[in-house]
Amino acid sequence: MSSAAAAFLEAAVRTATPLSLAALGEVVVERAGVINIGLEGVVLAGAFGALVGATHFGVAGGFAVAVLSGTLVSLLFAAFVLLLRADQIITGTAISLFAVGLTGTLYRVLYGATGAALSIPTIGPLPIPGLASAPIVGSAFFNQPYPTYVAYALTPLIWWWMYRTQAGLALRAIGESPAAATAAGVRVDRAKLLAIIFGGAVGGLAGGTLVLAQAGTFAENMSAGRGFIAIAIVVLGRWNPLGVGAASLVFGAASALQFLLQALGLALPYQLFLALPYALTLAGLAGLAGRVRAPAALAQSEEAL
Amino acid sequence: MTRVGQPSTVAVGLVGAVVIGVVALLAATGFDVPLALTALVRGALGSWYAIGSATLVRSTPLILTGLAVALAFRAGVFNIGAEGQFLAGAAAGVAVALAGGQAHSWLLLVGVLFAGMIAGALWAGIAALLRLRFHVLEVISTIMLNFVAADIVSYLVRGPLQEPTHIYPQTETIATHAQLPRLGTTTRLHLGFVIAVLACLVAWWWIGFTAGGFRLRAVGANPHAARSAGQIDVDRVTTRAFLMSGAIAGLAGAVEVAGVTYALYENISPGYGYTAIAVALLARLNPAAVIGTGILFGALESGAAAMQRDAGVPSVVVSVVEAAIILALVGIERLRSRSNLATV
Repeated sequence: MSSAAAAFLEAAVRTATPLSLAALGEVVVERAGVINIGLEGVVLAGAFGALVGATHFGVAGGFAVAVLSGTLVSLLFAAFVLLLRADQIITGTAISLFAVGLTGTLYRVLYGATGAALSIPTIGPLPIPGLASAPIVGSAFFNQPYPTYVAYALTPLIWWWMYRTQAGLALRAIGESPAAATAAGVRVDRAKLLAIIFGGAVGGLAGGTLVLAQAGTFAENMSAGRGFIAIAIVVLGRWNPLGVGAASLVFGAASALQFLLQALGLALPYQLFLALPYALTLAGLAGLAGRVRAPAALAQSEEAL
Repeated sequence: MTRVGQPSTVAVGLVGAVVIGVVALLAATGFDVPLALTALVRGALGSWYAIGSATLVRSTPLILTGLAVALAFRAGVFNIGAEGQFLAGAAAGVAVALAGGQAHSWLLLVGVLFAGMIAGALWAGIAALLRLRFHVLEVISTIMLNFVAADIVSYLVRGPLQEPTHIYPQTETIATHAQLPRLGTTTRLHLGFVIAVLACLVAWWWIGFTAGGFRLRAVGANPHAARSAGQIDVDRVTTRAFLMSGAIAGLAGAVEVAGVTYALYENISPGYGYTAIAVALLARLNPAAVIGTGILFGALESGAAAMQRDAGVPSVVVSVVEAAIILALVGIERLRSRSNLATV
């Protein structure tokens, strides 16, 4: 039973890692009043970039190209949303569709239609001395590939930046009232652009993690809704980086329930487990009703005064 | 109301520009472009058989799901869930057809289509309820429901609805009297195409010329003004539009199983519900124009299938075309006017 518990926790942290990375980027974007539904496309582009980078330049190159790909896709989103003031939700939806088509096409062009099992370099777990040997929890939390530790570090760091620095205050002001922020001398569009780029870079890293630290290969549309779930996690975490970190873990744990249930020998259809993350997201969003408030200017595309 | 300003010219220009871009991409990646384009055109429009059996058959679900999206967007409801509602309608339609297989009457077909509409409306209803009661963004909820619907279909065709030999992950073929009749004997074109066109015309009349349609447009254009100046119950209008949208997408699913596949299986939809967004936006959310844009995308997808078969060009490249069209439209519309989204 304890091995099942350890496997459960390990799977929870593993599932939570890419989600928390993507959601930590998105929380910064959303606090600046921008909702990037294209995050799904950013994560997918990151995953594909990781494949291309890793086949040519090794693991580190894979992560670098993943971050770059996510950033480029988010820049495309930024161009439409900031320069043209296009509707954020429609633009984001189109960006996700665009990423599905482009990565799918390039994958078949570059690696053949069969998608033969690609062997690309991956990274293994990196135990943290001392902590990793703690019973049950130690191995689950501190014997993971290093992107997990990046997520651990980013969570408090972004919180500190957002709530304890002048720039973080400015960012939150933009999300509440771009007009007031402009009047106070904040360069609104510049800040939004930087937030979107950051969200793209971290979202790309999330995609890279999927390929280089988990799957070890790329499959068409392999982001499988993680970008959308990350957007829901931002809501579940109440637009607070610490909350987002916690919500990611809860979500990872819920998705990893199948390991526990299988250990208990319950014969349930596997599709139930596949559907569980999505159903949980819906339940979580409904459960928070009336207890959260989005940034007041979220998804507004009107020009700042 | 939609700004008209020669939408057809803009649409044709856009599609042309995007196609040129994709052709350049294909040439750059080393494909035999003339061969690919010949296959594209032949697959879509090369013969009466191609037009009837490929393009128009393919455009039927696109017209219906495109109409579903257009109606919702006009009311300011971002229903990205036509895909899931399509699957719900397809599953319910097949379930009714299999359960009523003994009923030797055209009423069975009617039951199949109604079951599809009800299932689609119920599936959209979950997201509508979440929006109404819990203020959950329908963009997120409908996407989540798309994934859940796909998992349910996967379960059904491997579980309770699997064909009797339990070898293939699909249902039995539905009875003949649950199938939509073919139009003529030479192509696979079926009555569903006529249903889709009629649905668009009825929706066009309803939106443009009835009080209910006016309320829907008013809410979509500016919910606050509709509430305060127009005394309109905004929640009621948006919820009704959401349910209607789901019913039409569900009908698309039922029409697909009753007219084309005659069975339910995984991946029964190659993403119709997502393409529908491009169909609706290119039609500028005008239900009558959806007929034209639906046929255009039906031709594009049929041609792309032929292109993959004959020239090895991945048909998923169509997604790039669709996304580029959406982006180009949204961008152009914003450059031309700073109007509200719902009047795109």
